Amino acid sequence: MMRLFRYLTSYKWPITAILVLVFVQSLSDLYLPTLMADIVDVGIVHGDTFFIWKVGGFMLLVAAGGGLCAIGASYFSSKVAMSFGRELRAKVFNQVEHYSLQEIDQIGTASLITRTTNDINQVQQVLIMILRIMVAAPMMCIGGIIMASSKDAKLTLVLAVVVPILALAIFLIARKGMPLFKAMQKKLDKLNLVVREGLTGIRVIRSFNRIDLEKRRFNEANSDLTQTAINVNRIMAALMPIMMLTFNLSAVAILWFGGIRVSNMDLQVGDLMAFIQYATQIMFSLVMLSMIFVMVPRASASAIRINEVLDLHSTIYDRSEPVTQTKTTTPGTVEFQDVTFSYPGAEHPALTSITFTARPGQTTAIIGGTGSGKSTILNLVERFYDVTSGAIRVDGLDIRDLPLEQLRAKIGYVPQKVLLFSGSIADNIRFGKEDATDAEIEHAAIIAQAGDFIASMKGGYEAHISQGGTNVSGGQKQRLSIARAIVRQPAIYMFDDSFSALDFKTDALLRAALKEEVEKNQSTLIIVAQRVSTVMDADQIIVLDEGSIAGMGTHQELMQNCEVYQEIVRSQLTEEEIA
Amino acid sequence: MSEPRGGKQAPKGGGHMGGPMGMVIPGAKAKDFKGTLKRLIGYFRPHRIQLIIVFLAAVLSTIFAIVSPKLMGKATTSLFSGMIGLMQGQPKEIVFDFGYIANILLLLIVLYVISALFSYLQQYVMAGVSQKIVYDMREQVNEKLYRLPLKYFDSKMHGDILSRVTNDIDNISNTLQQSLTQLITSIVTIIGVIIMMLTISPLLTLILILTLPLSAIATKQIASKSQKHFIGQQSSLGELNGHVEEMFTGHQVVKAFGYEKKSQQTFDQINAKLYEAGWRAQFISGIIMPVMSFIGNIGYVLVCIVGGILATNGSIEIGDIQAFIQYTRQFTMPIAQTANIANLIQSTIASAERVFEVLDEEEEVPESTQPVTIAAPKGKVEFQHVKFGYKEGHLLMQDINLVVKPGQKIAIVGPTGAGKTTMINLLMRFYELNGGAILIDDVDITCMKRSELRSLFGMVLQDTWLFNGTIHDNLAYAQPETSDIDIIRAAKAARADHFIRTLPEGYKTVLNEEASNISQGQKQLLTIARAILADPTILILDEATSSVDTRTEVHIQEAMNELMKGRTSFVIAHRLSTIRNADLILVMNKGTIIEQGTHDELMEQEGFYADLYNSQFAESTSAG
Repeated sequence: MMRLFRYLTSYKWPITAILVLVFVQSLSDLYLPTLMADIVDVGIVHGDTFFIWKVGGFMLLVAAGGGLCAIGASYFSSKVAMSFGRELRAKVFNQVEHYSLQEIDQIGTASLITRTTNDINQVQQVLIMILRIMVAAPMMCIGGIIMASSKDAKLTLVLAVVVPILALAIFLIARKGMPLFKAMQKKLDKLNLVVREGLTGIRVIRSFNRIDLEKRRFNEANSDLTQTAINVNRIMAALMPIMMLTFNLSAVAILWFGGIRVSNMDLQVGDLMAFIQYATQIMFSLVMLSMIFVMVPRASASAIRINEVLDLHSTIYDRSEPVTQTKTTTPGTVEFQDVTFSYPGAEHPALTSITFTARPGQTTAIIGGTGSGKSTILNLVERFYDVTSGAIRVDGLDIRDLPLEQLRAKIGYVPQKVLLFSGSIADNIRFGKEDATDAEIEHAAIIAQAGDFIASMKGGYEAHISQGGTNVSGGQKQRLSIARAIVRQPAIYMFDDSFSALDFKTDALLRAALKEEVEKNQSTLIIVAQRVSTVMDADQIIVLDEGSIAGMGTHQELMQNCEVYQEIVRSQLTEEEIA
Repeated sequence: MSEPRGGKQAPKGGGHMGGPMGMVIPGAKAKDFKGTLKRLIGYFRPHRIQLIIVFLAAVLSTIFAIVSPKLMGKATTSLFSGMIGLMQGQPKEIVFDFGYIANILLLLIVLYVISALFSYLQQYVMAGVSQKIVYDMREQVNEKLYRLPLKYFDSKMHGDILSRVTNDIDNISNTLQQSLTQLITSIVTIIGVIIMMLTISPLLTLILILTLPLSAIATKQIASKSQKHFIGQQSSLGELNGHVEEMFTGHQVVKAFGYEKKSQQTFDQINAKLYEAGWRAQFISGIIMPVMSFIGNIGYVLVCIVGGILATNGSIEIGDIQAFIQYTRQFTMPIAQTANIANLIQSTIASAERVFEVLDEEEEVPESTQPVTIAAPKGKVEFQHVKFGYKEGHLLMQDINLVVKPGQKIAIVGPTGAGKTTMINLLMRFYELNGGAILIDDVDITCMKRSELRSLFGMVLQDTWLFNGTIHDNLAYAQPETSDIDIIRAAKAARADHFIRTLPEGYKTVLNEEASNISQGQKQLLTIARAILADPTILILDEATSSVDTRTEVHIQEAMNELMKGRTSFVIAHRLSTIRNADLILVMNKGTIIEQGTHDELMEQEGFYADLYNSQFAESTSAG
């Protein structure tokens, strides 16, 4: 948490202002009992009404001054806390935007979202509390001790006994309570997990008749949480009474010893009354501090999660000095040279010794079983991950020597999992090319076979897509995602199993239109697919099996010499179709 | 935050000690406040005795705390008169009555200890009561969720239901734990303090009470001003969260299309908006406490002045002024708190209402009172004039008739929305029919217990639900006591054994919450293995293998075919190639079965199926 607060250094002036204002305000609060003591010891003792009015008026001024300082402090502290939150949020967001998929996989999307939103809010909330309370409390405490000892140094000995006792009590309770608070949070998370799983898996649970089992799981989590919550609250139940009792007993002690000193003419009664109020303030500030200790652990868990994000740096970044290389191939060529790639921590590489070249104006298709590494190949071209060994070249240049922006600008990519953004259909297609004209968007939509269904939608190209594209069907989403890639007019197209949700008719039409477009622009086309019918007329088919190339060539060639390919074909087509 | 109570603790003008009370967050309002409150109180009934203890303890602890300042004032008065005497030159042994003071102080100590004990007792007992109430409520809601028909879950977002079970109940729990006892003590304190103040000086009491409307008006004004900014803050926060969620889930696309800068710009814009609304909201709500304490200080000063003047003419004792000052401090605190608690209770009732809404949802049709058990299930399935619609008054299926003989393999094909999945849902009795009947082995499924019915089926669904646990436990989901050998055999049959063993911990690998540590295809293999293990009479595959490549699928299907020998099975698939060997193919469109027969029969008909089939393989024939 302290590490995050380092960022506060840029706010040193407003923070100084807060400190000064809070200090003045504490002083004014402490000054009031002193003035009251004057009223008692001078005004009442001598029956001087005018004096009482005069001091009273002054007290009002002091109170007003203190109030103004408090408002000023509130102004600066809200500004500091909120801009701290703003900067931190921007920093974390920016950091994540630079992550490669590897880092995203490592932390997880859902967790990253929580860290950027809730966790930062949590820390910001605590900062507000700290600026409001934690700053004021020590000042109040120190100020109170100074004022008290100026009234009567010997009587301050009572405080010297009581304050440590109180501090110890708070410490002991906090030490007992804090781990329980943490445990409670964990158990709450566990309970939420059980409920969430129960909801998402409701069909499976019912069809497998596991309702009783799920109820038991819930009951275990619930009882566990309840027991901890009761324990926590019972421990915390002791906190307030103990503190109150210490307060009150110390007041009694002050009254007793103070009374003796009054009888010896060492102290006046008004001062004694003021003294009791100082003591109250000192101890109250300790209680305030103790509240912070309850809040901090909650936020520190958040702070740890935020720091994890800030500490994790993308392994993929631009080379600091651009490497100049002479281009040797026609633009759009993608070459894999002996590429091997392992996901971090994996036992076996996902890809082993992959070598091939995808040429402009040609279609390169990649086919293979689940987990054979098809998508990984595309992810490597996009440089979402870096190769473990070997090299990938685009336009004859090693992609690690190209700025990421330049590399990705060449590619029109359609991911396996379709992702649309909230906004109009036109917005979504324009995502691929910011300055695309309406005509370009329409052209892209028509090639992607999306023209008809867009026209049939209310509002046409301006029809709204809800977040995640939940208001269009899977096939429609896929076609929009394809249009988004087409509108870029890229040198390289990459389709990751992007026709799976289309029926065969649309699939065929789309591929025919796409072929025309690709030939016209002499683009490179790389298609990952599972259907043989999608790949069989490609110029080059790469058959992957468990991360290695099992065969490469045209459909006819592979039918002759590649056993894996033959097996795939047999699994999908009938005898007469193969022939 | 528990409210400080008792004799001496009132803070002097603690301007910054606002803490969470300074936050005025727009709370939800309940639709039926009274009814919900009544129902919520119903939950207290089993804990009546404890609650009476809590109530008595709260009242007693507060009363003892209220009496003490006055007693302490008596000691001060005695000291003061001693001091005056001393100043007049009388010997201190005569003017100071330390015996009297000691008696008062001893009594005070006793009162304070008793007050503290009661206060502890009250909190302690309440901890048990409130948590148990919340425990019961959670159990009730959870039980209820399992009695609700699937229709309910279709119409509600998971997030919404989840938030009712967790956030709303948590909200209730916090209120029960803290606010309720605070409310009791606050009210007792206010009444008690007013009485005590009146006994000291009606004039001073009047002055103090006059400052009350002032603080009420000020708070209200400020709160309503800050409300606007809080709403602004809330909506910017929502917008920001939405953007973050969208950009992070779309990370791959954002990167691929070089959208990072634009996304960062949008983020910065929303972030700036959030900042503007945020600091204003915080600032204005942060003013409440200084203003309140300033008004409190006005009261304090007035008491000092007027009290001082009254004391000079001897109509009030010095100790009474001291006591009164303490009462002033005790007075303003609970008033601010009561206002705060009133808001909290509002939002708690709103939460309770949301929870009760779940509890009041219509449940599944109750089980038949005399359930029929099929002793030796064969797997004959019959649909008789089945009518069904997901929405009232809108029938999807008009009249479905179908007879499946035991051991047959039935394939269902058709475009999206044709009703393929619906057939399965009805068969499993996830939904109730609007007319007609479904029979299994000539028994109407509504005459069977749901658990009995569903135990006949093994399902592999479109969505591959796995839970946060080991692969072993996930596979053994249907039969927790299955032996390891059986599990491995099933995994092998589903072609999952190999990949499981390549995972770091093999069968003991723990799937994470989103099960994102294995691929979609692998998940599907696991669900298939799970269905195999369940060893059902009837097997259902709902587009199950769409994420598994065809080659693997062929392997799985070989295993399945072996397994399914002599058992009825239903297969829903996109790929027509995988269902050619089905005994019966049902072609569905718009909720009706438009064609049925074997592959060859349907091809001969040259109808819908033939069209569909030819379109799938049009490309392949031209290329081949």
